[in-house]
Amino acid sequence: MSDTSQTESKVQPRPVSKGPLFFRDRDWHPAAYTPGYKTSMTRAPFRPLVALGSTLSEETGPAFGHSMIGELDNNLIMNFTGQPAIGERIIMHGRVLDETGRGVPNVLVEIWQANAGGRYRHKKDAYAAPLDPNFGGCGRTISGADGSYEFLTVRPGAYPWPNRVNDWRPMHIHISVFGSGFGQRLITQMYFEGDPLIARCPIVKTIGSDRAIDALVAPLDMNRAIPMDCLAYKFDIVLRGRRQSFFENRKEGL
Amino acid sequence: MQQLDYLKETPSQTAGPYVHIGLTPNKLGNDGIYPVDLGESPIQNGAKGEVITIVGTVRDGAGMVMRDALIESWQADAHGIYPGNDPRGAADPNVTGWARIIADFDSGEWTLRTVKPGRVPFPDGRMMAPHIALWIVARGINLGLQTRIYFEDEDNDSCPVLQRIEHRPRVDTLIAKKTGDGVYRFDIVLQGENETVFFDM
Repeated sequence: MSDTSQTESKVQPRPVSKGPLFFRDRDWHPAAYTPGYKTSMTRAPFRPLVALGSTLSEETGPAFGHSMIGELDNNLIMNFTGQPAIGERIIMHGRVLDETGRGVPNVLVEIWQANAGGRYRHKKDAYAAPLDPNFGGCGRTISGADGSYEFLTVRPGAYPWPNRVNDWRPMHIHISVFGSGFGQRLITQMYFEGDPLIARCPIVKTIGSDRAIDALVAPLDMNRAIPMDCLAYKFDIVLRGRRQSFFENRKEGL
Repeated sequence: MQQLDYLKETPSQTAGPYVHIGLTPNKLGNDGIYPVDLGESPIQNGAKGEVITIVGTVRDGAGMVMRDALIESWQADAHGIYPGNDPRGAADPNVTGWARIIADFDSGEWTLRTVKPGRVPFPDGRMMAPHIALWIVARGINLGLQTRIYFEDEDNDSCPVLQRIEHRPRVDTLIAKKTGDGVYRFDIVLQGENETVFFDM
């Protein structure tokens, strides 16, 4: 505990993160048991969750430094072989915020996706669309001082999946994001403005409200498009906020 | 009336069947993008404390061992300090505290080698029994599941979190069983008989 010099050289310096996490709105998130998405039926807990406020175990979390990120890590068009992937070139950008609206700096954002034909580079994916020899399908970055992040990639294709007999996933990019606390850990999917498959997707519809679904649809952002090069889509990610009050953390019995 | 102006948390979506592409590409065989997968180990050589190994599976409600589950673990060092941003000070420099663990593609078994964490205070100052926080995602899980590993050879009776579990027999689902010297077993059951306790914290 006395030797801090090694720690500081390995991880990005960050402010100490204090404060209990905002309570998660479980009506806003998808329920665990959603029969339209068949696999959830055997993987959803049936017993009620044990609910209590966050503790240090949820309020602290792992740190990731800018130094671990390679130059092409957020460039999915080039990061697999160094030769460009095939597809509609897009910038995916936005900010990582918390529920108080503050940008969340220095957090790891990882993404993965199918290629432009809708095929994943995964041994379990046998869809007819071919692999692109120059597309690996993953990327990562660390959010900037204001929480901003950016990826260059190709727009993923829609693809069929085994659920009901003719279910198709809308075009989507999977996103994994850390906060400053382990209790903020989140995985989600970004969809694209205007895709008619969004409204038909059983995985999208695990979310109960249209307003919550809208929060996963990225608008086309022509201001960030690069003329004669690529289009852009904006996707902000919101993590659980932190409560801060003089009246927090009262001792037992008070 | 004034507006509160809070944002809503981004809704979760399942990690899906292809989560390994994004989070452990090297283990999947998609080498060449990242030099190593993140979270290979929560400790480095020289970490203080008792080195332990925890082995387990994740099982679904049909009794099937899940070979596509991904688990992340987060823990304090042997003195009960969290690495990185614990307001109480700096942790053991050889403990990163975080690991990313996948079920074996063939057997479904997962393994975590780490040091046993120390006790950490609950918000009111009482001490929580030594534990490792887990976050579990997979195809069919719509929102990552939070649970904890406790240890059968520790005093768990006074832990304020475990005390909150109303159905006392269920506490046992959070206790790793010692199966050898420094070796524990912790099987996770998502649904049905012996369903693991999951938290909303």
